[in-house]
Amino acid sequence: MAEPILQTTDLVKRFGGLVATDHVSLSLVPGELHAIIGPNGAGKTTLVAQLSGEMAPTAGRVRFDGQDITDLPMPRRARLGLVRSFQITSICPEFSALDNVAMAVQARLGHSFHFWRNARTDPALIMPARRVLEQVDLAARADVPAGLLSHGEQRQLEVAIALATEPKLLLLDEPMAGMGREESQRMVSFLQTLKRRYTILLIEHDMDAVFALADRISVLVYGKVIATGLPDEVRANPEVQHAYLGDEAEEAAAAEAANA
Amino acid sequence: MSEKPSAFLSRRGGATTLCFAVLALIPPLAGWLHEPFLIRQFIQIMAMGLAAMSLDLILGYGGLVSFGHAAFVGLAGYTVGILDFHAGDGSLFLGLIPGTTNALIAWPAAIAVSMLAAALIGLVCTQAGGTVFFMLTLAFAQMVYYGFSGWTLYGSDEGLSMGGRSELPLLDISDNTNFYYFCFAVLLLCFLAMRAIVGSRFGMVLRGVRQNERRLAAVGVPTRPYRLAAFVIAGGFAGVAGILLANYQTFVSPGDLSWTRSGELISMVVLGGLGSLIGPVLGAAAYLLLRLVIGSYTTHWAVVFGPFLILVVLFARAGLFGFVVRGREV
Ligand SMILES: Nc1ncnc2c1ncn2[C@@H]1O[C@H](COP(=O)(O)OP(=O)(O)OP(=O)(O)O)[C@@H](O)[C@H]1O
Ligand SMILES: [Mg+2]
Repeated sequence: MAEPILQTTDLVKRFGGLVATDHVSLSLVPGELHAIIGPNGAGKTTLVAQLSGEMAPTAGRVRFDGQDITDLPMPRRARLGLVRSFQITSICPEFSALDNVAMAVQARLGHSFHFWRNARTDPALIMPARRVLEQVDLAARADVPAGLLSHGEQRQLEVAIALATEPKLLLLDEPMAGMGREESQRMVSFLQTLKRRYTILLIEHDMDAVFALADRISVLVYGKVIATGLPDEVRANPEVQHAYLGDEAEEAAAAEAANA
Repeated sequence: MSEKPSAFLSRRGGATTLCFAVLALIPPLAGWLHEPFLIRQFIQIMAMGLAAMSLDLILGYGGLVSFGHAAFVGLAGYTVGILDFHAGDGSLFLGLIPGTTNALIAWPAAIAVSMLAAALIGLVCTQAGGTVFFMLTLAFAQMVYYGFSGWTLYGSDEGLSMGGRSELPLLDISDNTNFYYFCFAVLLLCFLAMRAIVGSRFGMVLRGVRQNERRLAAVGVPTRPYRLAAFVIAGGFAGVAGILLANYQTFVSPGDLSWTRSGELISMVVLGGLGSLIGPVLGAAAYLLLRLVIGSYTTHWAVVFGPFLILVVLFARAGLFGFVVRGREV
């Protein structure tokens, strides 16, 4: 296996008495799509917050791309190529969709202490931003204020913003959250196109999506990773079935085992 | 606004051009009406309008509610006044620096003082956002205020009278009409500069700061250096306004940098339209003219102005300028 691009060692996050992240040691290989599943309140978003630098862990270390980033703030990590999207859409609502993406391009191009040239007509910002909007099928909505986009479109924009930074590792916190069936399907096929081009850590509730997309899956329950492995291994893991997948899956797995 | 950005923009441009055209015509109008007083009144409007415009840079675009902006206006004014004072009696400022009435020396010094003060104060204030930022700017501005009202050499509370306006080569600004057009040119240039700034990459970051700071941080923009830079730039333009104001009054006093003046500037920005640059000049005009008119009937003019401001905020959320062009710039 190649040198991991992201590695956490014994990451712990406590909120008072609550242990939201409980000695999590994860490791991501470049190019893989690693999914994290877990029930509500398992600590998935809290983990993303610590990886992206928004929250400091109580204990443990985070290494990314060959360096220890545990003490780096979020903007520094983003510039190193570790970029997240938010479970609860976080956009600049008055900016157009294009402006939102252009801001991410601008951030990638270095500091923004440029006071003179008009940013909205700067091809160095606009052209890459348009390309990303096209990728997520939002080109037609480029000039609409982001706050007026539909929920599904905002979710697409959320991913587009992260992509526009050309990250080395993409942390996607439930990109399908609140999306309709059809929109989710489109997002899944879009994520499929991103696979291999980016290393992705995908947090997701939708089991079908996860099993369709993931190279490997980690299961988080009460802040603890109870299993990591290939989708089939995870599916067959009795502890996972008991804790998360529920009786239905347990039965299905039993049936499968019986058939085999 | 979303459907027709170009029409919207041209409307903004048209309204802005109209504002400057009206300002350009004030002196002949004053001559025609035999009201030379109008020229002085509009010099004050332009100077205060510029101060409000500079506040709009951080307040309207950056969402940084500074309650100490008048301090930077007043500091520049005091710099001009104090240099004038020492030029008058040949003494040295702090026993070191000779005075001058030469605008080419005094004015850059004044702007430098405002920007330096903004850098120092901003360094502390921009650590925080929201209410804490607001309280800190107020606290620092009050320190500046008490500093000058206790400085007996420069007239304490009474203020400091200048020997006259600063001296510029080629242009005699002791003449009111000359000074009027000079202020007009300064206002126009500052407007063009600030408009370029808010449209630049820096300006986009500033607008982003107001809308969603977390989003900027998540794509790799550390917002604090930009907030600080905006604070210093706004302080510099406030300094330019302070220079005009001091020369208009040929007088500076602690009132020029008091918290009430900062509050007036906020009122002008809100009244004229947050995030529009030219709106605050309209706001300054409306504010000062209303005060003049209502003030001639009653001393409790704030009783009338307060509800008026609330009505504007309720019914024209983008202020007077927004009322004309519909919508705030983002
Ligand atoms: N800032 C905080 N302060 C205190 N408790 C918190 C904080 N953030 C999260 N928690 C708690 O930590 C636990 C994990 O929350 P988290 O949001 O990480 O779960 P999640 O797995 O993302 O859930 P979901 O599937 O609903 O998104 C929850 O019990 C939550 O209430
Ligand atoms: Mg979550």
